[in-house]
Amino acid sequence: MNTLTGDRTEAASFGVVCRILDFYDRDPGMIIPILQKVQEEYRYLPEEVLLFLATSLEISPARLYGIATFYSHFSLEPKGKHVIKVCDGTACHVKGSGALIETLRSMLALEKGVKTTSDMLFTLETVSCLGACGLAPVVVIDDTVHGQMTPDKVRVLITKIREEEDAEA
Amino acid sequence: MPKLNLEAVGTAYEHTVSSLRMRIIICAGTGCLAGGSLNIFHAFKAEAKKHGVPLHVELKPEDKPALLLSKSGCQGFCQVGPLVTIEPAGILYTKVTAEDVPEIFETTILSGKIVERLLYVNPGDGKRCSGPSDIPFYVRQSRSVLASCGLIDPENIREYIYGGGYRAAMEAYTAHTPEELCTIFTDSGLRGRGGGGFPSGKKWALTLRQQADKKYLICNGDEGDPGAFMDRSILEGNPHSVVEGMMIAARAIGAEAGYVYVRAEYPLAVERIRKAIDEARDLGLLGEDLFGTGAHFDIKVMEGAGAFVCGEASAMVASIMGGRGMPRPKPPRTAEKGLWDKPTVVNNVETLATVPLVLRKGSKSYRTVGTSGSPGTKTFALTGHVANTGLIEVPFGTTLREIIFEIGGGVLDEKGNVDNDAFKAVQIGGPSGGCLTRDHLDIPLDFDSLGEIGAMVGSGGLVVMNRSTCMVQVARFFMQFTQAESCGKCVPCREGTRQMLDLLDDIIEGRADESTIPLLESLCRTVARGSLCGLGKAAPSPVLSTLRHFRQEYESHVVDKRCPVGACQALSDFVIDGLLCRGCTACVKACPVGAIAGEKKAPHVIDTERCIRCGACMATCRFGAIRRGGAA
Repeated sequence: MNTLTGDRTEAASFGVVCRILDFYDRDPGMIIPILQKVQEEYRYLPEEVLLFLATSLEISPARLYGIATFYSHFSLEPKGKHVIKVCDGTACHVKGSGALIETLRSMLALEKGVKTTSDMLFTLETVSCLGACGLAPVVVIDDTVHGQMTPDKVRVLITKIREEEDAEA
Repeated sequence: MPKLNLEAVGTAYEHTVSSLRMRIIICAGTGCLAGGSLNIFHAFKAEAKKHGVPLHVELKPEDKPALLLSKSGCQGFCQVGPLVTIEPAGILYTKVTAEDVPEIFETTILSGKIVERLLYVNPGDGKRCSGPSDIPFYVRQSRSVLASCGLIDPENIREYIYGGGYRAAMEAYTAHTPEELCTIFTDSGLRGRGGGGFPSGKKWALTLRQQADKKYLICNGDEGDPGAFMDRSILEGNPHSVVEGMMIAARAIGAEAGYVYVRAEYPLAVERIRKAIDEARDLGLLGEDLFGTGAHFDIKVMEGAGAFVCGEASAMVASIMGGRGMPRPKPPRTAEKGLWDKPTVVNNVETLATVPLVLRKGSKSYRTVGTSGSPGTKTFALTGHVANTGLIEVPFGTTLREIIFEIGGGVLDEKGNVDNDAFKAVQIGGPSGGCLTRDHLDIPLDFDSLGEIGAMVGSGGLVVMNRSTCMVQVARFFMQFTQAESCGKCVPCREGTRQMLDLLDDIIEGRADESTIPLLESLCRTVARGSLCGLGKAAPSPVLSTLRHFRQEYESHVVDKRCPVGACQALSDFVIDGLLCRGCTACVKACPVGAIAGEKKAPHVIDTERCIRCGACMATCRFGAIRRGGAA
């Protein structure tokens, strides 16, 4: 999985991208699912892949860029190894998601406007609603949902991931 | 394709069901999954093996009498999950862990007794409730759309058919003309559950009248509203009801292709609806020659990519065609010119899940529930400062008082205890809706009565707020959401919401003067009138409704530079409670600007002039002696 991440020489061969394109019959109407699959592969949308897609689908790079930037799911920047999503829906907001975001920003030492840590280990995102309002406030780390979170619980989770990463390294 | 015999499928399944001794249902909705319900599932399997008790996880016709262990969709009572239901005894265990499974197995499954400690305790009277039949949260509801969610196995089409599923679709194709269907649904008074409440039958009739070689049906499962998750729960808990509803709607308008547009944030919903469509196609319920009538209809799933505005019909159409999800001016409506310029109906998930029920009951009988203008039931996502959060379904016309204090079990105060006096407001309808106050507690909730007081049913998010909530902050929260989600196509919405957000920031951060509120109001009117789509038009609603009901709170921010509930950082001061302060000097050390002074072992004082309101002292104090006060 994700063996292509960051490897430009291999990325340039676009083998995976071609398979994705073929799966969708190179149909320009399928741009969104195609971009989703490409992003699953690279964890973001690299510029050279976007250009390759635009040429293959015979649409202008400007149009493709417009679509890729319109939807919040698409990222034009590489994401960290662990993606942390803090839900900031109404229920989570009322129950204190703001404090969770503050805690995470300071723990991960993220400057204003920066989402990914410099060691590429964590990316912090907020999402508008995960539909698990009964568990508010909710934090999702790498697709695992953690409900009824507090700044303390978040701290424990992040520390644990860091320790595991250190042990591996 | 041989003609499908629904009766035979149902009878075969009934045969196996009747041989079952007991059924263990593990809630596998998103909330319970997060709580570890899959571990519970595996623990039950292991326990059955240990005791040598035959246990099935999927029912097949040849199965011998045994236990059935199945996963269900969301049972609604997310807050006390993971949930385990034992049928036919009707026992509901709450907050179950895998470690509890051996005890449940020995006590309940083998000996037929109840594990008392896992039962729900009603916080009101401390009574233990054995199951949905005596838990107030369930007793006061009227579940029809959600009736099967949380009971049936969403991944087994035979179970849905056994419960009477797909008979309404068969009736629609074999016994009614499209015109008859449109009439039945117009007569039933069914209104779209996605927001504005447009009559579904009328929308279908308008589309049916269009002359075109192709027509499309879209199921709107985008659900971008923060604080609403009924679409998710239906898709996860009873996806076949949506497929059946789509088949009926497709017949009524003459569509041969349908799309389900689901948020990619809902991976489980995507997986379950995909599986349901595949199962239906394998049985010949979707595809060519439906019920031997020569009609075709098939469904594709399209994952949304995270844009609130895509919930708007013309934006959703643009998104499915592979573009940016931007709305376009109307007319023509999507019913006239939608997907690839063909007539297209967009119906919400909940609406479509209701469709088979209407046909089963008949339009007259459907009207007996709810109010005359809004028949039927509505699901609400009850969240916020309320004791029982979760997904509920009540008839239209139920009052807020019943929902919040009876089903919801009352309002929680700042410390999390039930205190009904702490109630301040309830926000309904998400970013397009408004706030209701104590004065509105007895108004029957339906499309018309809410419209009259400047709110809307919307998708049905109900967020209860207690007295610690600042209403200006609530308005700002929604404005920030709409501002970030504005597609940017039209100036009033793109620039207007941005300026509104700046004005609200001025109020919260103490920069506002006497011109701010009138300017904000005037901008609200402009955005509401000038925006292109319904979402832009409704964007000022949270501001207007908080201004209407909580104007004083705005004014004290602007005039007195004071946040009455002490929630706005810039407009509240930190106060040391002299009775609680032990004079430990921890806060003195924590304060970065040296604003706290006092003798050791004597109460300290904060110099409000010097204080930068960073909150470091409050975080440090071990005695809870420092709090935010509203005084400036």
